[in-house]
Amino acid sequence: MTRTLGVVASAIALAGLPLALTSYQLGLLTKMLIFAVFAMSLNLILGYAGLPSLGHAAYFGMGAYTVGLLALRATDNFWLDFGAGVLAAGITAALFGLLALRTQGSYLLMITLALAQVVWGIAFGWRGFTGGDDGLPGIRRPAAGLPVSLDDGMRFYYFALLVFTAVTVVLLVLIRSPFGRALVGIRECERRMEVLGYDTWRYKYVAFVIAGVLAGVAGNLFVYFNGFVSPAYLSILFSATALIMVILGGAGTLVGPALGSAVIIFLENVVSAHTERWPLVLGAIYVALVLFAPDGLVGLARRLAARAAPAPGRPA
Amino acid sequence: MIALAVDRLAHQFGGLRALDDVSLQVAAGERLVILGPNGAGKTTLFNLVTGLLRPTAGQIRLFEQDVTALAPYRRARLGLGRTFQITTLFPRLTVLDNVLLAVQGADGARFTLHRPLASFPRIYTQAESLLATWGLTDRRDVPAQRLSYGEQRQVELLLALAGSPRVLLLDEPTAGLSPAETALVAAMVRRFPRDLTLLLIEHDMDVALELAERVVVLHQGRVLAEGDRDQIRRDARVAEIYLGEPDAEDAAR
Amino acid sequence: MTFWTFQILNGVSFGMLLFLLAAGLSLIYGLMRILNLAHGSYYILGAYVALSVGRATGSLVLAAVAGTAAGVVLGIVMERVFLRRVPRDELPQALLTFGFLLILGDLSLWIWGGTPQTLPRPEWLSTSVRLGTLHFPAYRLFVIAVGVVVGVGLWLLQEHTRLGAMLRAAIDDPEIARTVGIRVPVLTTGVFAFGAGLAALGGIMGGPLLGVYPGADFEVLLLAFVVVIIGGLGSLKGAFVGGLVVGLLDNFGKALFPEFALFTIFAPMAIILAVRPTGLFGVR
Repeated sequence: MTRTLGVVASAIALAGLPLALTSYQLGLLTKMLIFAVFAMSLNLILGYAGLPSLGHAAYFGMGAYTVGLLALRATDNFWLDFGAGVLAAGITAALFGLLALRTQGSYLLMITLALAQVVWGIAFGWRGFTGGDDGLPGIRRPAAGLPVSLDDGMRFYYFALLVFTAVTVVLLVLIRSPFGRALVGIRECERRMEVLGYDTWRYKYVAFVIAGVLAGVAGNLFVYFNGFVSPAYLSILFSATALIMVILGGAGTLVGPALGSAVIIFLENVVSAHTERWPLVLGAIYVALVLFAPDGLVGLARRLAARAAPAPGRPA
Repeated sequence: MIALAVDRLAHQFGGLRALDDVSLQVAAGERLVILGPNGAGKTTLFNLVTGLLRPTAGQIRLFEQDVTALAPYRRARLGLGRTFQITTLFPRLTVLDNVLLAVQGADGARFTLHRPLASFPRIYTQAESLLATWGLTDRRDVPAQRLSYGEQRQVELLLALAGSPRVLLLDEPTAGLSPAETALVAAMVRRFPRDLTLLLIEHDMDVALELAERVVVLHQGRVLAEGDRDQIRRDARVAEIYLGEPDAEDAAR
Repeated sequence: MTFWTFQILNGVSFGMLLFLLAAGLSLIYGLMRILNLAHGSYYILGAYVALSVGRATGSLVLAAVAGTAAGVVLGIVMERVFLRRVPRDELPQALLTFGFLLILGDLSLWIWGGTPQTLPRPEWLSTSVRLGTLHFPAYRLFVIAVGVVVGVGLWLLQEHTRLGAMLRAAIDDPEIARTVGIRVPVLTTGVFAFGAGLAALGGIMGGPLLGVYPGADFEVLLLAFVVVIIGGLGSLKGAFVGGLVVGLLDNFGKALFPEFALFTIFAPMAIILAVRPTGLFGVR
């Protein structure tokens, strides 16, 4: 009951809030939604399947670059550009997954990071094609293929909200399906799953590709949002940002990463207004989280609440 | 019909020969217990049979089919089930969720992405029925890691049964249990369907000889002795490896 | 012919630097199952501290010592104060070290600024050595020499000394090692600090060749990863062989197709992953 109330309240808030916000604040909220999608996509493999990936920005950035390059040089048809971006992200995940999923644990962590860095290096080094470190500016929001133009901040926000909702629904369906439940089983005890008749590799691989596709969706949104793409979208910093959002909000919960996204984007905004030391703050958040709240804010809240309310039968 | 056959099976890792030239056959419906001191290769044998390890030599046949190159999950789908010596449950999931996963594993709907599990009532029915049959219904909502050790061993057995296996490998099901818990688990094993082929690794000689008709004794990776209860009880070599005492049964206590 | 010899020697010298880095990473993982993502930070901090001390005192020896010490101290602090408080699961440990990677990288940017710097070479190594028809920088030969010496030294330590035996015991079974009287906590801090020191030394030695700049920590971390992916985590031999492989490939890649240099590293990494996921000499 409380959950349905929460969902309804959030829906109303997200739908109605834009009317009360300045355009700057609206932009921030839009960014929160985009990164929520990014973080939730990572959550599928990290939180549910238990695969530690430190290179998720690879798929985010591939989507973004594909859309950016096509929009600048080929067509401004939304469906073609967006579709290609999603496809590029998916293909990259399909290829990288074949390599990365041959390993586990720390090896998997290293390899996902290394693979993402290779893509970053290509974007950085291939100045002629990708613009190198300067990136590609001047990417316009799609003109053809959509009933309304997305140039307006308010319209783009609702578009992002629509995508966010769609992705949330997709993940909800996946999590409740036998496939999603098997992912959790793999996380909890892969060996047991193997002898129960599950082809665990197949589950991990499909989850990996889906996560890559959804990350690409987020990347697509982000490049339209900023009108700009650069190697930063493929960087370790971006992968790390998604990771902290998942852990902060609560890995393995459906909307935890969305909350994590809101908190981190908000913090980044506040910190960056006063200092350039955001990476330092982010690193400190990492350390603090691992030391004090490894199960995220939700877990921390639960533990504090349990301590505040003593168990029945014991003196308060 | 031979349910499980192992032919000149060997496993070598570096310089260590965990298993060497082991052959044995188990008929359908038979109950076989594998005895042997620590390090004899019993769990290695199980790991090879279930496919978690690859043999360096030899063949494994399940119901006449060569499964030596098959992945563990394929062998499971051919009817091979297993429990582990170290409890291998899904610790943070409830008992019901544990059993649901086990039942789902044997069901064709296991890879469905687009419908919730709840839309497959047959899986829930089977899981609840399993819990009821084995008396664990009142523990269904408890996270597995909060169960008592004895209850965990029971759930371990339940997970192996959920897939309706034709051959079941039990790796020291009563290890670490109190006498009362041991009796409970032994009673459970005795209630298994009669046509279920059973391979049992046991340390407790009493339980072993009570549940099984035939015995194979492993020592340092090789088959030392084979026979029925009485034969093994009287075997001097078996007595010797356990403690150097003439009576094997006393020695193994 | 001269071109190839030059490139090979170049690649080997770079490979030795990578070995210094990867050896530390591998050692730490082999003993403690910790994937230390802050390893790149030790590299740049070693270089930066050496730079500052060198400028302040005019002594390169002092600079080298200070830089290495910076790495060692950092390693001790990270292990004793932070890593020990975290459960032994691989992901939380890696995330903690990752936080430090971010923190230390940004601190370096703050303290030393964004302009790329190069460390000076010692005078006596600033010449070229004649090898047949080839003139090769003495400094690079020095780097190769140091790499080989460290490699041999580590190998001897691991295989032939009591310390090595204790290390191996602690890796195989820390519980039993403890009961036999081996002070496992001291050993783990020691190994961590040593690994960090090696990385810092790598930074100091690499400083004159590659320079130091913001983002070098990530780049160096990536290379160290590729080395241990190819050579195998936890193996000294793997770090050495992997270092040589990556050093040579990276060098040839940059010399022959500079824009796609990363592909020359990527391809063998992909092959190893496809064929032998735990690396050439990987330990489970």
